[in-house]
Amino acid sequence: MSSDSATRITPGNALRPEDIAAAGTRADRDTAAYALRLGDDALVLAQRLGWWISRAPELEEDVALGNIALDLIGHARSFLSYAGSADGRTEDDLAYWRNETEFRSAHLVEQPNGDFARTIARQLVVSFYQFELYGSLQHSADPTLAAIAAKAVKEVDYHRDHSAQWVLRLGLGTAESRGRMIRALELTWPYVGELFDDDELAASLGDRAVLPSSLKPAFDRGIAAVLRQAELEVPAVPSAPGGGRRGQHSEHLGYLLAEMQVLARDHPGAAW
Amino acid sequence: MTGGSTTGDDGSVPVTAGSTAPDSATGGTGTAPTAAGTTAGQAVIPVAAPALAAAWPLWEVFVRSSRGLSHVHAGSLHAPDADMAVRNARDLYTRRNEGVSLWVVPASAIIASDPDAKGRFFESPQGKDYRHATYYTKSEGVKHL
Repeated sequence: MSSDSATRITPGNALRPEDIAAAGTRADRDTAAYALRLGDDALVLAQRLGWWISRAPELEEDVALGNIALDLIGHARSFLSYAGSADGRTEDDLAYWRNETEFRSAHLVEQPNGDFARTIARQLVVSFYQFELYGSLQHSADPTLAAIAAKAVKEVDYHRDHSAQWVLRLGLGTAESRGRMIRALELTWPYVGELFDDDELAASLGDRAVLPSSLKPAFDRGIAAVLRQAELEVPAVPSAPGGGRRGQHSEHLGYLLAEMQVLARDHPGAAW
Repeated sequence: MTGGSTTGDDGSVPVTAGSTAPDSATGGTGTAPTAAGTTAGQAVIPVAAPALAAAWPLWEVFVRSSRGLSHVHAGSLHAPDADMAVRNARDLYTRRNEGVSLWVVPASAIIASDPDAKGRFFESPQGKDYRHATYYTKSEGVKHL
């Protein structure tokens, strides 16, 4: 922006990953494992979304998806910084120096971008899931997780709006856009169930974490409202097996990580 | 996004670089644009309308900063409709904490003065000092003017 910009630029105040690292709070092992899941979901999806920059239908949409990706990177940095505090690793150690089986992201976020409708369908699910998740997690008994969630929930609320607006336009648009949106929902829905699977870790953390299954009713209501307005339906498709929270991933994650990690691994310690 | 542009010299919506369908950018008539370079007499192959008629219209963006009293023109952008335009404006013009309120206006709704009419429009007030308060001297005995 030029100096005669009509607008004023300030950084504003909000929790930054650097603050979490500087605070020196050490997460216990289970809390770290939980933070790792949330961080990996955000990181992998951000890497996926970043691909759209220069490829979206219009420049404006490039920026919109890029903004969402950057928000997610911010969440990932905070969660990974906190997860790493348990054993002295940095956010970069966790992002760049773990292998595929060490990632704890859900299968949904590693799904290919596909066409624009498929990216939007994936984003619709993730943003409505994360909105409910962070909305609950901001009341966590763990003050760091609560603070990260409190910042993230406002950003994710906007992501929700962005994806819902596009679902309406694609669903109610031309026969072509509507057909693609319906197909995109069918391809996306098998991966929804995994997001709401409870396991021992989530249960053992009690009021520090959020039990995934507890988010499902609100998620279903939110999604149903958008799809109803877009004259679409929740597709009746079987669930995929999942396993991302145990480090079992589809073939897609390996390729994604290879691209994301190659620079850091080729030039260890490089700053850019 | 075309920084700072409003309407063209002739008052029409300016055609921006990279636009694939300048005809349809102005709202058009709904007819399919013909391929560029077609010479007269050659058979014109009709182009399927959806492929080329999809260029998004231009919107002008006005941002009010937290300390600003009024909305100030910040630039322009493309969007398929008003709701998306205000969202794109949020992403393009308020991502560094610049604003607390946004307006978007269809660029085609802005009627601009004619740059060629600068003389008759804007030069007339020159030399008319008596239109400024400083032209007048205070009358005797008037206080606190």
